[in-house]
Amino acid sequence: MTPANSSPAIKHLYSRAGFGISYSELQQIKHFSIDQAVSKLFADSKNAGGLSFLPGAENEAALKPLSALSEEEKKERIRMARQNVRQLNISWLRHMWQAESQLREKLTLFWHGHFACRSANPIFLQQLNNIHRKNAFGNFKTMLLEVSRSPAMLQFLNNQQNRKGKPNENFARELMELFTLGRGNYTEKDVKEAARAFTGWAYNRQGAFEFRPFLHDDGPKEFFGHTGNFDGADIIDQLLEEPAAAQFIARKLYAFLVSDTPNEKRIAELGRHFYQSGYEISALVKKILTADWFYSEEVIGKKIKSPVELLVGINRLLNVQYRSPAVLIKFQSALGQVLFYPPNVAGWAGGRNWIDSSSLMVRLKIPSLVLNGGIIDFDGKADIEDEAVIALDRDGRMAANNQAMCTADWSKFLKEFPVGMKVPELAGFLLQPAISTARLKILDNNSDSMSRTVEILSLPEYQMC
Amino acid sequence: MKRRNFIKQSALASAGAYLIPSFLKPFEAVGMEQLSGYKNLVIIQLSGGNDGLNTVVPYGMDAYYQNRKTIAIPKTDIIKLDDLQGLHPAMASLKGIYDQGLMSIINSVGYPNPDRSHFRSMDIWQTASEADQFLSTGWIGRYLDSDCQTCKFAYTALEVDDTLSLALKGSGKKGIAVKNPAQLYRNTREPFFKSVLSDHSENLNEENLGYLYKTMIETYSSADYIQKTSQTYKTHSEYPQTAFANQLKTISRFINSGLKTRVYYVSLSGFDTHVGQKMQQARLLKQYADGVAAFVNDLKKNGKLNDTLVMTFSEFGRRVEQNASNGTDHGTANNVFLFGGSLKKAGIYNEAPNLQNLDNGDLKYQIDFRQVYATLLDKWLEVSSSDILSKKFTGLNFI
Repeated sequence: MTPANSSPAIKHLYSRAGFGISYSELQQIKHFSIDQAVSKLFADSKNAGGLSFLPGAENEAALKPLSALSEEEKKERIRMARQNVRQLNISWLRHMWQAESQLREKLTLFWHGHFACRSANPIFLQQLNNIHRKNAFGNFKTMLLEVSRSPAMLQFLNNQQNRKGKPNENFARELMELFTLGRGNYTEKDVKEAARAFTGWAYNRQGAFEFRPFLHDDGPKEFFGHTGNFDGADIIDQLLEEPAAAQFIARKLYAFLVSDTPNEKRIAELGRHFYQSGYEISALVKKILTADWFYSEEVIGKKIKSPVELLVGINRLLNVQYRSPAVLIKFQSALGQVLFYPPNVAGWAGGRNWIDSSSLMVRLKIPSLVLNGGIIDFDGKADIEDEAVIALDRDGRMAANNQAMCTADWSKFLKEFPVGMKVPELAGFLLQPAISTARLKILDNNSDSMSRTVEILSLPEYQMC
Repeated sequence: MKRRNFIKQSALASAGAYLIPSFLKPFEAVGMEQLSGYKNLVIIQLSGGNDGLNTVVPYGMDAYYQNRKTIAIPKTDIIKLDDLQGLHPAMASLKGIYDQGLMSIINSVGYPNPDRSHFRSMDIWQTASEADQFLSTGWIGRYLDSDCQTCKFAYTALEVDDTLSLALKGSGKKGIAVKNPAQLYRNTREPFFKSVLSDHSENLNEENLGYLYKTMIETYSSADYIQKTSQTYKTHSEYPQTAFANQLKTISRFINSGLKTRVYYVSLSGFDTHVGQKMQQARLLKQYADGVAAFVNDLKKNGKLNDTLVMTFSEFGRRVEQNASNGTDHGTANNVFLFGGSLKKAGIYNEAPNLQNLDNGDLKYQIDFRQVYATLLDKWLEVSSSDILSKKFTGLNFI
């Protein structure tokens, strides 16, 4: 337990367990002990608030089936669905930087990558996102069961096609490989038997889970040394009996909250703790956030921000308002992380995988684009799933604005700081890694505090958290 | 200019050449002479799943017309290549190139347990993985990682685009995305970032932060090299006025100016033709064919075609039977095109796809796409394909 009550530790905690802290808030809680600060993060995230980013779209399930539509109507339907996924993306991103429930949103982002899923149906995606949000630091088994019953995942991993006598193994395989155990901890036979147990798990046209007994294989299955007439829930129970499952989640959360470089001893300890807690995610998260090593020099400021962390961080810091928020999708695309469009079932690889020459150029440019009216001279690649839309769009892509068209709340931001605050203190607050004297020299001869801030945010050091 | 204005359009970094660690310098290490006969590979990705059966049309098979009631290409319109197959009429500009023995068509290329999702199948093609395997590096990226004599630099693999595809990302090394060399150069020479890089020595020791600085320096160095080298050549050939042709024109400028890039990557989008395919595919195939024809003729005129190989692929083909919306749905195996002056087996490389013996309405693959990659790696890029593909695939004889 770290008693270290100091603003660097609290700032670090908020940069990892949230999307950053404001200067005034930091002043209010800098005397907190780590335990107090962690408790506050949980308390601020108490309400799950089932979010409805797409309130008007609920009726979609009641719409005519695709097969009953004319070509024109079909085109329109595809277009609308894509647009709603984008809307969902922007709404969530904005929620991340505006909501008080920072820890919950940060962990929702973790589960969003862990249970990576794509769907052309925005309602399904919203449901799944809300499952992640609701259970963000609840019980892992509860969440896993809800995810396994969500239309988005049933559709994405083809469980809708998983029937007695004609099993589809896709879901069963990913359940073990990516959601619970990881490669090497199960056999091909386990995959086959588990797939049989999940037969008949489906969703209906209203977008709700439905168990279809006539499609379910109710014969005996042999799974991890037990034989019985298992269904999907039994499989999930048995998987979580394996300590390897707790280890697997601990390893991934360690990579997300602490470091890309695994520390086997710490991960083993975290895994045991998680297992003993009965898969209570809050226990695992608290264990990480209150560990001494979490506040060590080898951790603070040593992690590369994900694109979403970078974007949300800047927007939160300066409470940015966008006139044309579609630009946020363009940024995500150029940076290599578009919410609801994971690169594959395994989610985003993270760490140095975020960085190549072009994504780094865009990263360093983002502050001046958002805060200083810089010119956007790049295009993100269209997502491969949007090919159908591109194919329909005879005139090619719409001409886009070449500026971000947004407003930052500079007066509020600048008012937070004490009068006459020096550059080293400002840089020390805005950056997670320690700043060298050479860096300070570049910044020193600039007197305008707005451009000084933009410069600090444009340093490679700001890419770190 | 005030600092305020600099940063408005700033992108990144700049440092005096003297600051660049020697291991990152462009090509002082490798003399120009050693690199004569420098071979280039140009990869063209058709995104969205091009309908290969309406591209190289099996007009000699009745099954084709039976399955494609409203979208089949009439026999009379087809540019016939042999008794069974011919090109879509929108690809007329490639006929002359085909006749000169500069084009090769490989039929039925795919992989076991094909995935019909765009993004998954594209991932599989870009990473050269198994259908049930998830890799975070691309096959060209792993070629860069192999650190061979001629693939040491960021510009060894270059994508003409604003962002870099997974195909070009290795674990240690990555290719570079350049749509416009002058713009990249400008972006890397912003005064603010010049001062950022002016004293970075201490940061290079920091693990992740050091990686960012190293990437910045590398980009700075590559931008300079690409801009200065490509400036030495001016394209005189005519290219169509399309974005795709313009990208190929950029590649031609790079190749003709002697840029020591070995792999170029470019993509053309919009092939996901579920609805009203005819017009849309014709428009895209024309863009593709006219662009490639101009590019091949340009390289030929400049004596570079023997050292250049162009490969075109798409993440999958379409189903044999059309759908009810005058389009086609996601399928499996597809054709791959090769262009160049050094083709050993020009023309149609292997038998036409079998439209009778289908797998659930889809073509069965005859050649694994990784056999194509293995051939390119072993025979053209001269590295060991089994290291990069982590398995030995039987090579082909097109080069």
